This record gives sequence, C-alpha cells and structure tokens, in this order.
Amino acid sequence: MTNRAVIIGAGQGGFQAAMSLRQEGYAGVITLIGAEPGLPYQRPPLSKAYLKSGEADKLTLRPASFFEKNAVDLHHSTTVDAIDRKAQVVRAGGRDFAYDHLILATGTRNLRPPIPGLDRALDLRSLRDAARLRAELDRPRRVAVIGGGFIGLEFAAVARALGHHVTVAEAAERLMARVLSPEMSARFLDMHRSMGTVVHLGQPVTEVTADGIALADGTCIAADLLLLAAGVVPNTELARDAGLTVENGIVVDAMLSTSDPAISALGDCAVFPDPRTGQPVRLESVQAATDHARAIARRLVHGARDAYAAVPWFWSDQSDWKLQIAGLAGPGDSAHQDENGAVWRFDGEVLTAVETINDAKTHMKVRRLMAQSEGQPILRSSLAAEAGDLIA
Amino acid sequence: MVKLTYIAADGGRTEIQAEAGDNVMHAAIAHDVDGIVGECGGSMMCATCHCYVDDEWAARTGERHDGEDDMLECAASELRPTSRLSCQIKLTDDLDGLVIHLPEAQI
Repeated sequence: MTNRAVIIGAGQGGFQAAMSLRQEGYAGVITLIGAEPGLPYQRPPLSKAYLKSGEADKLTLRPASFFEKNAVDLHHSTTVDAIDRKAQVVRAGGRDFAYDHLILATGTRNLRPPIPGLDRALDLRSLRDAARLRAELDRPRRVAVIGGGFIGLEFAAVARALGHHVTVAEAAERLMARVLSPEMSARFLDMHRSMGTVVHLGQPVTEVTADGIALADGTCIAADLLLLAAGVVPNTELARDAGLTVENGIVVDAMLSTSDPAISALGDCAVFPDPRTGQPVRLESVQAATDHARAIARRLVHGARDAYAAVPWFWSDQSDWKLQIAGLAGPGDSAHQDENGAVWRFDGEVLTAVETINDAKTHMKVRRLMAQSEGQPILRSSLAAEAGDLIA
Repeated sequence: MVKLTYIAADGGRTEIQAEAGDNVMHAAIAHDVDGIVGECGGSMMCATCHCYVDDEWAARTGERHDGEDDMLECAASELRPTSRLSCQIKLTDDLDGLVIHLPEAQI
C-alpha cells in the first residue's frame, strides 16, 4: 500500500482522483497540484451556463472545507517543473513532493496553429479565459469563431442569442466532424444558420488581422472579437521529459498505468486502449476524466486489476439543443437515422455509438445497454430484440 | 435564505441555509454535504445527484422535469415515487424547511 499520492493537475479528473482515493479508504498523504489559482472547478459550463450567468462560484467542485475535512493538500497556482522518477519526487515551485504513486492529470491546452496574426484570437479553456470573453460581449460585437467543434459552436450559440453578429469558420467540410455523423453535422449546421450565424465550411483560416480573418478562398470576415476553438493538444511535456511513453498523449495500459508502474495518467492527457477495439484512444470528456480517476483509486487502494471498461458519453448544449452521444464511433462508422431522429453508428455490424438531440430516454437506454453488454459486441441484428423499440 | 435539511442513508442530518434560486444539488455541494456527487454539474447527463424528497414536501417540489425519469432509471440506488434529480429542484422561499433524504449510493 502506498502512502504518499501526488496528483499533477487540479481539473475535474485530478480532483476526482483525490476524492476517490479518500472515498476508497486511502489513508496516506494526498497532494493535489494545480497551475490555476483557486479551488478546482468544472470546465464544461465555461462555454455554456457561465457565459450567460457569470456565476463563477457555481463552478467550484467542492468548497475549501472539503479539502480540510478530507486532508487533501491542495497547492494551487503551482506549476510543476519536473518529475524525478528515480527519486520519486515532483519538483514544483522550488519545493519537492515525494510520491509512492504519481497521477498525471495534466489535461490539454488550446491548439495554436501557425497562422499569421493568430495571437489576436482568444482562448476558451480556463475560467480566466471565459471571464475575459464574457466581458468582451458586453457591447455589440462582430464575433468570428475559428473552429466548428463543441466549444466553438457552444460559444457561437450563446453569442448569437445575445444579439452579436457571429461567423464560424471551420476547416473541415462539416461541423464537429471528428465526433459526429454527417447527418447530425447537417442538422446542427441548419440550426446555427437559422439562428443567423454565418458558417463557412471547408475553409481554413489563413490570416488574422486587426480587421478580422481571411479564409483560404480569399473571403475576408470582419470581426472585432476572435475566438480560437480549433482543438487542443495534450499536456505531455512533463511525462515526455521524465522518459514516459508519449504518443498523442501519455500512453497508459488497460489499468491506466504508464510505462512506469508508479505513475498513472487520466483524462484528456491520457491515451488508453479503447475497451471495444483495443486501439489507443484519447478522450476529452468529464466522463473519461472521472471514470479514469475512480478506476485508478480502486487499483491503488484495493489492488483492483480489472481492465478499464466504462462506457464513454459526451454532451454539448447549443441553443436549446442538447446533443448527447453514448459510446464512441470511429470516423468511418456507418450512420443510420431512426424515425425519432436518433443516429445509430455501426462498425460493420457492431453498434459503436448513438447520437441524439433532446432525447434523454434513448441516450440513457443505450448507455445502460452498453454497460450491461460487458464488452460483448452489440450486433445490429440483436438490437431489435434487446432494445425493444430502440431501433426502427 | 431557505432552510434545507439533508438526511443521509445512515440517518445523519445536515442543516444548511441556502439561497433561493439555487438548486438542491448545488446547495449540498457548496455546503460540503456528503452523499450527492453531481458529476455533470446539473447538465442532466448523469444520475449522481439522486435524492428522495421527504413525503411531507413531495407535492411542493413539483413534478419531475422532461428527461428526468429517464436519467433516474439509471440511478445507482432504488427508485421511489419521491425520487428526483436534486439538480432539478430549484429552491424558492416556499420550500423553506425542505427535507431531502439521500440514497445509499450515487455511483
């Protein structure tokens, strides 16, 4: 049994790791180190409810008393300089934190492509970013959003609803192409356009100037507020410098252990074997961060050796549409829309994901079905029998 | 302020003063009351803020919202007629004195 756990990264995953360790009965010292100021907070509302309400205190995951009560030693505003694996020490802000087990929950940062003038564009990753953007929306703006993924579109929907002029420039041929079927992309495109948002597809941004942005086809979009939301990169530098295996993220095995058994990684920064395919996958979601954290805590405290197998789920709130995804589809998976509008994704004959809009019933049914299948493939032919009226 | 009492599965009582406009899930988290997880932050994506409204109060907290039934079916603990997602119960001055029972498990 280890007795000194250090967690690098105090986002939702790092916080959950600390909380789960205590809940599972971990009796040792828990040190949680975060670069941002203040208490750990939820990120998803930054591009949704917070932009509207500005209520920062509502984002806090737990009050200060939680950290005292559970003896979680939180070091905020603290950047880690290095991990010394030989000495099992984390060096941060001139201090050394010894560990028996280290959990990396370093998350991601905004991808900043090499586009001239891009430093004029704002990010939306942290509470500080969101507060700044929110302040910028206090007067009429011509907003240009670079990137038509979840965060860019959530922001666009809020800004448009507030009456701002909004343009979205997406480099791919459709919105949210990495995570969504073409059918769903098309429905969201119609929705955003019907709100009055201008959407350009298949047009990478080539330049950012004081007047706005220029697209590959020569289109110039006048803008005085620019958001960069073109994806993220995992924060892997500490792991790489420490000699851990890094490939599009910190590589972990099915038990979420890195190439060093004294170090685990979780959440947005971790590349783990997809329970269904065994292929390495990195997910950017609250679900992965918290389920990873719980699995690591069970392993460290109880020695649980079972492979991580939680069902992935995702959501995005855009205008009054709640998009929900149960499961994880590959980009080439087929898509079949049923009579209720749910889109079922298949890899060959195997169900991989279901995409719904404002349809919690179907979403939850599928999540349950996937959880109950315990790793056995759910075949298209068996769906009608197993899921009743689920698929037409 | 609205007085709110949470009764844990083991009978432990926690009394707090919450603000009108807040919801029962967030009030518990903000006051560090154990027994409510609230993993999705009130986005109706999980059922980890499941609670049972005290019989005396069940009529006053209103009906379940759209989609709430579907989420509750996935709750970790027994579903009862008084089961609610606590993130969907908004506190008003009329609910001053509200009593909420917490389930044994949320995950």
